[in-house]
Amino acid sequence: MEQAIEARELTKSYPPDVRALDGLSLTVPAGTIFGLLGPNGAGKSTTVRVLTTLSRPDGGRAFVAGIDVLAEPTRVRHAIGVVGQKHGASPEATGRENLELQGELYGIHGKELRQRVEESLARFGLAHAASRQVRTYSGGMQRRLDVAMGLLHRPRVLFLDEPTTGLDPEARSEMWREVQRLAAEERMSILLTTHYMEEADTLASEIAIIDRGRIVVQGTPATLKSYLQGDGIAVELANGTHARARAALARVADVDDVRVDGHTLRARARDGAAAIPAVLAALEAHGVGATSVTLARPSLDEVYLRYAGRAFSHTQDETEQTAHEHEEVPA
Amino acid sequence: MSAIHQTWQVYLRNIRFLRRQPAYLGMTLFQPIIWLLLFGALFEAVAHIPGFHGSYIDYLTPGVVVMLALFSAGWTGMGFIEDIKGGVMDRLLASPVWRGSLNAGVVAYAGVTILLQTLVIVFLALALGADYKGGVGGVLVMLLGAALLGAAFASLSNGVGVLARERETLIGAVTFVQLPLTFLSAALMQRSLLPHWMQTASKFNPVNWAVEAGRAAAMQKIDWSVVGPRIGLLAALALVCAGFATWAFSRYQRSL
Repeated sequence: MEQAIEARELTKSYPPDVRALDGLSLTVPAGTIFGLLGPNGAGKSTTVRVLTTLSRPDGGRAFVAGIDVLAEPTRVRHAIGVVGQKHGASPEATGRENLELQGELYGIHGKELRQRVEESLARFGLAHAASRQVRTYSGGMQRRLDVAMGLLHRPRVLFLDEPTTGLDPEARSEMWREVQRLAAEERMSILLTTHYMEEADTLASEIAIIDRGRIVVQGTPATLKSYLQGDGIAVELANGTHARARAALARVADVDDVRVDGHTLRARARDGAAAIPAVLAALEAHGVGATSVTLARPSLDEVYLRYAGRAFSHTQDETEQTAHEHEEVPA
Repeated sequence: MSAIHQTWQVYLRNIRFLRRQPAYLGMTLFQPIIWLLLFGALFEAVAHIPGFHGSYIDYLTPGVVVMLALFSAGWTGMGFIEDIKGGVMDRLLASPVWRGSLNAGVVAYAGVTILLQTLVIVFLALALGADYKGGVGGVLVMLLGAALLGAAFASLSNGVGVLARERETLIGAVTFVQLPLTFLSAALMQRSLLPHWMQTASKFNPVNWAVEAGRAAAMQKIDWSVVGPRIGLLAALALVCAGFATWAFSRYQRSL
């Protein structure tokens, strides 16, 4: 298996006219953690659904673990583990029962199954709670159980759809360590979707940014950051029109890539610290007031902003408003 | 083989919930007692209407067996709505499990509920003086008819639940169907005493098939000319409904 995932020109629309995937192509090398980043509605979940056989694309082809997703979905299901955005465990059943049912559905039985379940409970720190109903678990415990269930049949490719959304910081870093261990020790291929830049930066060896149903850029976090020359400058505008702010900056040397996003003016400068006084002076000369200025070293947020064309913090606000899982799918 | 095994696993999952909720299990077993006593007292006078033959408890017992099958099997789809909302459904569908066994396991669970409730009624009615002229075999055929009807409605409920994905829609659909189907049958009232149009409608009513089959099997010397075709129709209906439910799962998946 050279490529863990290979998707070519995937398209999918939802009625009436939502184009969730618009010619998405993606290659995930085996043994890597691959981060798929994008705002809600960008097509992350749809991509995961297509690759995990939960949904069929309208066009294009996809191979997971070398198996054709459309032609042999059952074989793909045996080869993959899926940890969805929502909890997959039955709350009324105990942790052990959930794991056992999961194993049975994948064709693992008897002694082999019991052994794997106990190993898995121990490894994910759930042994003490194994006989308790899952409804009594904390969020972090439920998430660990979800991952344990996704791994029980030893998949070759693991899909983690926003695995740390809703977790407290401690549970999140615990999850990060586990994901890193899986990739390092078990050479598992992992596709991870996330809203958190920091998460992608920490975990993923390669990142793709998805927007409006297609991949807009792909590379290692370091490569992506190196595409951004210089620093980002963000100015909160007190007043003034966008046009005037743009006009003001057009005359400042060494500042380019000027964009206005709501009340925030963004630009790039080779040496940000040196450019700020000139930027502020130019704005003032054009009668545009500034309430604050921030300087940002190249970060994934900046990369995201550049390629997804919107500020990440902005899309994240929208995320928090839509608690519903099918945010990419209008009801 | 693996389809049967998977069905068994899905069944076990459901039966565990029943075990874990003693209050629910208690109500499930108590309900038949209430129904038989309540309807027995309420409709006892029916036996005095000219044109009614035999004892009312003999008449009522198969009716209540079938009604309970209909009323308890109708709600199985609620479990799948919970599964969809909770994320369990996606996990199941991402696994290599055969879609048909998701439905079949729940249908088997509904069958066990129907078996338990029928046993309660059969013994209570016996204590109240019911005369099972069809013997143990006849009672088993009555149970079979009720179970097939229950299987059909459990599948329908699962299919509608998975397609609608909303509790309210399923509740509306189930309550819309249950009482009219009961009263368009000979469950509580002798068919010849129903208005003419209702007699005609009852010929096409699966609830009536199960009631008439149960009555002709358990409460008299088994009349296979009545029982055979009705059990056959119920079995066919159960299969068609299972097909519908299995289709609904793939329909649900395509809509994702």
